[in-house]
Amino acid sequence: MKYIAMTLCLLSGAFLTTTASAREVNLTTEMKNYGGDGAYLAIYLTDEKGIYQETVWVAGQKSKYYKHLSGWVRGTRKRESEYDGLTGASVTSGKTLTVTLDLADSYIDSGFQLRIDSAVEDMRDHRNDIVVPFTSEGVGQPISGRGYVKTFTYSF
Amino acid sequence: MLRKFHSVLGLIAAALVVVISITGGILALDPFLERTQAKVVGTSSTSVAELTAKLTSRYPGAEQIQRTSSGTVIVYFANADGTGADIINPLTGETIGPYTASPVMVWVKRLHRSYLLDTPGRVATGIGALLMLLITFSGVFMLANRLGSFRQIFRPIKGSFKQQLHCQMGRVIVLGLLLSSVTGLYMSAVSLELLPEPQSIEPSFPESVSGGIPLPTDKLQALKEIPVSELRELVYPYAEDLTDVYTIKTKQGSGFIDQSTGQLLSYQAYGTKQAFYELIFMLHTGEGLWWLGLLLGLCALAVPMMSWTGIQIWWERHKSDTELNNNTAIRMADTVILVGSESNSTWGFAKTLHDSLNKAGYLVHTTAMNNFVNHYPHAKRLFVLTSTYGDGDAPSSANHFMAILEMITHTPNLPVAVLGFGDNQFPHFCQFAKNVDTALRAKGWQVLLPFETINQQSPQEFARWGVELSKVLGTELVLAHSPALPRCNKLVLAERIDYGAEVQAPTTVFRFKEEPREGVVGLFDKVAGRSGLSHFEAGDLVGILPPESNMPRFYSLASASKDGMLEICVRYHLGGVCSSYLHALSIGDSINAFIKPNPSFRPSSSNAPIVLIGAGTGIGPLVGFIRHNTAHHAMHLYWGGRCPESDFLYKAELNSYLEDKRLTKLNAVFSRVSQRAYVQDKITLDGDELRRLIEEGAQILVCGGRRMANSVMAALNEVILPLGIDVQTLREQDRYREDVY
Repeated sequence: MKYIAMTLCLLSGAFLTTTASAREVNLTTEMKNYGGDGAYLAIYLTDEKGIYQETVWVAGQKSKYYKHLSGWVRGTRKRESEYDGLTGASVTSGKTLTVTLDLADSYIDSGFQLRIDSAVEDMRDHRNDIVVPFTSEGVGQPISGRGYVKTFTYSF
Repeated sequence: MLRKFHSVLGLIAAALVVVISITGGILALDPFLERTQAKVVGTSSTSVAELTAKLTSRYPGAEQIQRTSSGTVIVYFANADGTGADIINPLTGETIGPYTASPVMVWVKRLHRSYLLDTPGRVATGIGALLMLLITFSGVFMLANRLGSFRQIFRPIKGSFKQQLHCQMGRVIVLGLLLSSVTGLYMSAVSLELLPEPQSIEPSFPESVSGGIPLPTDKLQALKEIPVSELRELVYPYAEDLTDVYTIKTKQGSGFIDQSTGQLLSYQAYGTKQAFYELIFMLHTGEGLWWLGLLLGLCALAVPMMSWTGIQIWWERHKSDTELNNNTAIRMADTVILVGSESNSTWGFAKTLHDSLNKAGYLVHTTAMNNFVNHYPHAKRLFVLTSTYGDGDAPSSANHFMAILEMITHTPNLPVAVLGFGDNQFPHFCQFAKNVDTALRAKGWQVLLPFETINQQSPQEFARWGVELSKVLGTELVLAHSPALPRCNKLVLAERIDYGAEVQAPTTVFRFKEEPREGVVGLFDKVAGRSGLSHFEAGDLVGILPPESNMPRFYSLASASKDGMLEICVRYHLGGVCSSYLHALSIGDSINAFIKPNPSFRPSSSNAPIVLIGAGTGIGPLVGFIRHNTAHHAMHLYWGGRCPESDFLYKAELNSYLEDKRLTKLNAVFSRVSQRAYVQDKITLDGDELRRLIEEGAQILVCGGRRMANSVMAALNEVILPLGIDVQTLREQDRYREDVY
């Protein structure tokens, strides 16, 4: 009995620590006027070598189009569990996507990067539309995209 | 039923379909334009590796090479300014120009696919494609019905100008529309995930790559083996990522290429499902099949015209339909009214009778004579109201009546009253109605009221018949009918040319112009047909209302709308209400008139010769046909007058047509000269020539008085007897048409 109580204590402690070490992050993605249908975006975290870590957000809900987000697909291997509950509507030309969610503190200032892959129907795909180190200095600094993203800004 | 289905669908679909088809027509140009710019020759002997070698110096930041189905090669690249795309020459690697998808075309495509509304819009375009398919099918069946059968679907079409346009155009574009709508529907269903995804499973990203030092692109073995003509897309690996790979798509399949070994990894060929989808895609878009694209585009662009003519036809029919209130079902009705009508005027009388009986408490079922059935469970009386077509033929809504009656073996205990409508100036006044009455009596049907006729739509005679009916029924009925008149337009007399006073046949060619309308003609007025006279051709009729009369008199038109005037040729008859009214007109006086189409009296559009026969004022429409014979078909005119010095109508004009070959031969004969002759005499005399023309497939158009027409028919029957045919044969072949008064 004592043993069980102890385990519970330890577990809840561990749980509390993880919650405590997560931070609310604001991600703002402003799109260019590329003039097509809604863009699909995958926002995800990689290490500095580009190895996939975790999905942050996916804009666009038809999974049959996900193959066009090639860098992200390579990391997730299209496993639904990787993005379950992290999807929303695609982002129309010229509009801004704002996402607020909790990310673990351990990603900040530790060499991890935020990346965005983007794709629009009938137009070319952009792997690594955005690649930006996830650091405290980077907060509020707009980054220009290479593809359909005009600027990307994060804050916490 | 078919017609209703076609009209209702058409009206609903018009807006949806017109947008899809106009945008489709525009998009169809794309594959063609691309094809004209693309360099295709020689690309099968150049490998993709060679192409990339040529690109390395010019595009160090190349990220992707794409080859469209029409052969355009595009390179996507990154440079100091960001990213860009150029069209290149696949043989030399030289830049042809920047590649920018035209924003207009992108917008048009979105409009075409989704009305700019994304998923809900895609559902709507899918419905549009389905409607298009149903309309096309029902249209084909309607056309086959109209022409008799599917085997006769290419026969000439009769009907008003708009109906002809609608049917002709429909025949031309039907296959294109079927192809476009079926393929479009399939693509819609796939995009809305109603059908399984046709694309083969993508090859999965290789589990392991060598990760070694990358080779230059042109040294990659796999790329050396793929000709440029087979390429669809080559995506370069991300520059800073040694574990990344090339992604390659060809016409046969897709896979990855290791950037250090040049090996093709996890290649996967496309399955048959994808090949099928690609075929459908090509058939729909014309991408890679530019000529089909252009044809489909032209078909699509005809759709707005089809909608427009279709809506107008529907509107005209809707206007002329007599709406019946409280029409009781057959199984409940105690009174049945059957209507035989060609131009709807008899329906007006039937409606008056229907309403009046209804008001008196009878349960009335009113329908066309063609809907006659052998059993009316509760009917106690039957009325047959019918006009007559031509020489005692059935009008169109009654042409199966006699056959149905013939099949009824058991005569019911149902008293009948037959009422004929007609004009007693014609020799076979109410002949069809008489025939119906005789046939019914012969089969033992009882008499409700003896056979009666109504002359010239007389409301008085109809009311009188109503009084008789009231007595028989024992119910007070008041049959007050005022025939509805078509909307009239004011026409101003602009010119008159008088002939024939010396030979006691004062005949005048009148030319009227439309009175200029005040104010702006609104779109609504146009849609409702309120913007002046409707379209007319020579051979159509103009109805003229003399003052203080609601009985229009009809005259054959010698001119068409495009002539900018309305021309008729009228002989003065002593005591004739309308002819004396017209002959008393001075330049600048105005009349009330409306157009009544007469589409059956037209020269056919084939190359066969045309024989025009007429006497007196019958020359009017014939001159109109000659005047518009600018294609110089062979036209032979046989015409009879009284005296060449006095009533040689259109003499100068006819001679000028002979000169410019619009008229091939003029045979004018006169009855008050020393070698007196009538037009039928000339026909007998010219037998050899006429036989030759008829053997060449000639069409004969006769216009004039009834007596002349009968004599002409008799003479022609003699003439063509040696050919083993008669006028009736020609009539059945649509080669003998009459406009007789």
